Amino acid sequence: MKTLKEEGVDTIFGYPGGAVLDIYDALAQTDIRHILVRHEQAAVHAADGFARAKHTVGVSLVTSGPGATNTVTGIASAYCDSIPIVVLTGQVPRQLIGNDAFQEVDIVGITRPCTKHNYLVQRTEDIAQTVKEAFYIATSGRPGPVLVDLPKDIINTKINYKKPSPINIVSYKPTYDPNIKQLKRVVSLLKKAERPMIFAGGGIILSGASGELIKLAKMLHIPVTTSLMGLGAFPGNDPLWLGMIGMHGTYRANMSTASCDLMIAVGVRFDDRVTGKTDAFASQANIVHIDIDPTSIRKNIHVNVPVVGDCQRTLTQLNDILQKEDLGNIEKRRASWLQQIYEWRMDQRLAYDQKDIIKPQYVIEKLFELTHGDAIITTEVGQNQMWAAQYYHFNQPNRFITSGGLGCMGFGLPAAIGAQVACPDKMVVDIAGDGSIQMNIQELATAVQFNLPVKVVILNNQYLGMVRQWQELFYQKKYVWTNMTCAPDFVKLAEAFGATGFRATRPEDVVPILQKGLETNGPVIMDFRVEQEECVYPMVPAGAPITEMLLV
Amino acid sequence: MEKRILSLLVDNKPGVLSRISGLFSGRGFNIESLCVAETKNPGVSRITLVTEGDDMILEQIQKQLNKLINVIKVIDYKDKPSIYREMLLIKVTAKPNFRAEILRIVDIFRCKAVDVGPEHYTIEVTGDEGKINAILNLLRPMGIKEIARTGTIALARESA
Ligand SMILES: Cc1ncc(C[n+]2csc(CCOP(=O)(O)OP(=O)(O)O)c2C)c(N)n1
Ligand SMILES: [Mg+2]
Repeated sequence: MKTLKEEGVDTIFGYPGGAVLDIYDALAQTDIRHILVRHEQAAVHAADGFARAKHTVGVSLVTSGPGATNTVTGIASAYCDSIPIVVLTGQVPRQLIGNDAFQEVDIVGITRPCTKHNYLVQRTEDIAQTVKEAFYIATSGRPGPVLVDLPKDIINTKINYKKPSPINIVSYKPTYDPNIKQLKRVVSLLKKAERPMIFAGGGIILSGASGELIKLAKMLHIPVTTSLMGLGAFPGNDPLWLGMIGMHGTYRANMSTASCDLMIAVGVRFDDRVTGKTDAFASQANIVHIDIDPTSIRKNIHVNVPVVGDCQRTLTQLNDILQKEDLGNIEKRRASWLQQIYEWRMDQRLAYDQKDIIKPQYVIEKLFELTHGDAIITTEVGQNQMWAAQYYHFNQPNRFITSGGLGCMGFGLPAAIGAQVACPDKMVVDIAGDGSIQMNIQELATAVQFNLPVKVVILNNQYLGMVRQWQELFYQKKYVWTNMTCAPDFVKLAEAFGATGFRATRPEDVVPILQKGLETNGPVIMDFRVEQEECVYPMVPAGAPITEMLLV
Repeated sequence: MEKRILSLLVDNKPGVLSRISGLFSGRGFNIESLCVAETKNPGVSRITLVTEGDDMILEQIQKQLNKLINVIKVIDYKDKPSIYREMLLIKVTAKPNFRAEILRIVDIFRCKAVDVGPEHYTIEVTGDEGKINAILNLLRPMGIKEIARTGTIALARESA
């Protein structure tokens, strides 16, 4: 407990059980805030949302056995998105480990491939040092989840607290500062480039490099795209903004990749949802790849200049060098490239036609307007997530919280709870699908209990919409098990939990219901009955080059 | 595809080997052989493994190994003058008219007969992969009853 305090922990998301009774007993004697979730998966997603909204580390605490296994999805999601969290799990007493004891699972074994690191603590006197190390590993280098498994008998032994020593792990020394020679190569490429673009990702947000990114882009007039995880790293209303890249990226962002002669990729990992067919990706361009994790570089894509370093420090140093360089009349040099991008933009805008059935895109657009683009948005997974990414324009980092790499349904509501705990004064909205919201709907009780005024906007198409979209496009419209007509009445459900529910069925209801919902105190569910068979466009079929988009 | 011998210095702690083998299986990399033992420092083990892949995969394997918190160092023996050894125990059928021939082979290869029976010899061979394969090929016609073979271990030669 004392170690937790020293690490600056003020909030824990958890769920008690036999193996952690002693920790809970000790917790009551501290001023650490405990948020009692209704499912351990949610404890981890909430810690994830908390970590992202506050740009800090999230903590969850659960019991052994089923408590521990319930965290796995949450841990895997945080691992894919490199989110710093520490998960404390109870374990059966040491002498029972390996005996198939009641509520024993080898959670260290189970989570080995989806944690940055994990520990089974063997001695009481090692607890403080291990927990400190866990926080250090979770938050340093490329962040990620760390799990600490604590056998019951070592927790209920009282010892005198000994302050852990400063962390020095010989085998773990992340590279923060870039190699200067490599940076000089980047500078010379930048000076030569006629059609450069920047492709930024979650690494910018994790390292707090958004300011430096903007500086670089403006200094050299370079258009910027981001991955899903990078949304908010560059202002969504800037003329240099290209929109998101990838499977559901904008026409201009995806087209730019094929024409650019230099791509500066920062804090990205070239996921297959971004690159499409890798051979065809940015095939005309020199690629510079800046990332703190060497394994991200040259994993999926050949790059010309690899730079291992922290995004923030690397961009700062790059900007420092560039500021002393003579860049010539950059504005004039960029004119034709930016003109080309403008034409792509005008050619294919994100668009929809609002007629007599509510369009999901319209709901997001109005939500954006009514919240002045200033809300923290979490999402579930599916079409709702993609429309949120396309139609809510983020101007700041740490405002868009989504399960990117794992794409895990049920993420949004608990993540919203975590974000709301982190930022009590902000508007937090979960943009949800009717399918996903049912995966962690029980967390509405958590929101009610702790008076967390999260707003849930359900884009209710009565389908597992994204899967239905694939069936429509690639499986001859055979909608096999994607219909969700049998679902609860979300308004009554909200009321049953002690929250408030609203429903909108006509386009003219959208704005009033949004207004009413956002103004209502406490947690609210808004059920928008939207066009059932709307598809997300543009769309690049899996495995195709990303310039080959299906358009509206 | 290219074969590569890597040596890892790792923390001598429980679970470390499964982190490494899990990395290989989880990412679809191939382990051809693997040897583990303590080094002169009891806190550190040396794992020597032989793997296979194209350039990009071999680079990824080394980076991924380095990324594991318990891996202290990854040594790649490519382009490094090094000594490689494997050990083979082979139980070979030894009919009276072949016994002398087997012992002659043992002699030429400078290995040892470590167990003798009326119908067999057990021979201990150490050497690099080439030598081990050569003696196996020579003894095969006599009838091999059983073999046990270690993976490769390696040390770089002292640079002058
Ligand atoms: C836990 C989990 N199970 C299954 C999937 C596969 N999947 C991806 S999107 C989707 C449909 C989601 O439906 P809904 O929440 O209604 O969102 P919509 O696409 O309709 O907006 C499914 C089933 C997933 N991503 N996560
Ligand atoms: Mg749906």
